[in-house]
Amino acid sequence: MGKIKLKPKARKGVIGVKCLVKHPMETGLRKKKGKLVPANHIVHMVLKHNGNVVVDADIGSSVSKNPYFKFNVPGAKGDTIELAYKDSKGKSGSATAKSK
Amino acid sequence: MKRRLFLKSAMAGSAVATAVGAGLLTPTMTFANSADFKTKSDAASAALAGAGAGSFKFKAPKIAENGAVVPMTVDASKMEGVTNVSFYVKNNGTPLAASFELSGAQGYVSTRVKMGKTSPVIAMVTAGGATTQVTKEVKVTIGGCGG
Repeated sequence: MGKIKLKPKARKGVIGVKCLVKHPMETGLRKKKGKLVPANHIVHMVLKHNGNVVVDADIGSSVSKNPYFKFNVPGAKGDTIELAYKDSKGKSGSATAKSK
Repeated sequence: MKRRLFLKSAMAGSAVATAVGAGLLTPTMTFANSADFKTKSDAASAALAGAGAGSFKFKAPKIAENGAVVPMTVDASKMEGVTNVSFYVKNNGTPLAASFELSGAQGYVSTRVKMGKTSPVIAMVTAGGATTQVTKEVKVTIGGCGG
């Protein structure tokens, strides 16, 4: 459901990975017309570099809507970066990109 | 005299009642996060108590005009063997915002966090088994007019 923008860019042996996940990140506390909006936020995220897990993140509801992350991973141009996430509703999404 | 005593005790009683009310509020606040995450948050709180002052860079705004999006960055690239970077917002219902387990990546994480109100924000970095922290006070102005 969520759209993911993944932009890895290699520079001096380090890949700067910028990722933007389109996700509502509802905390379950916000009210809309008097009713609570059900919680729906990313709980788990994994970043892979050439198939190896480099970042394993536990994310709470207090991360902002459409979360943005930046990581630095040692690597070179042409390496594969993969991002996968799972939200509190059990839905998941992933994206793969080649480093520039 | 008796009347005064009665008033005093009544006021003390009401103070206790509000305290209980506030105490009762917390579980509903944390309900949004899974129990699993709550445990992690508690563990982070415990780890915080024993954490020393860190020597890494932690960037967060002094004044956040919009509490829904507060950008913050931890830069511990110079530290060796960083295994975990956590963001901890003290006055949020569930204080732990996010915890990143790093295995192979450099100690650098940048993200955006929601904040309910003005609060100290703590960045925790675990490197080589030792946890260190850096605290920054972030002011949240919901009106968006500064100060």
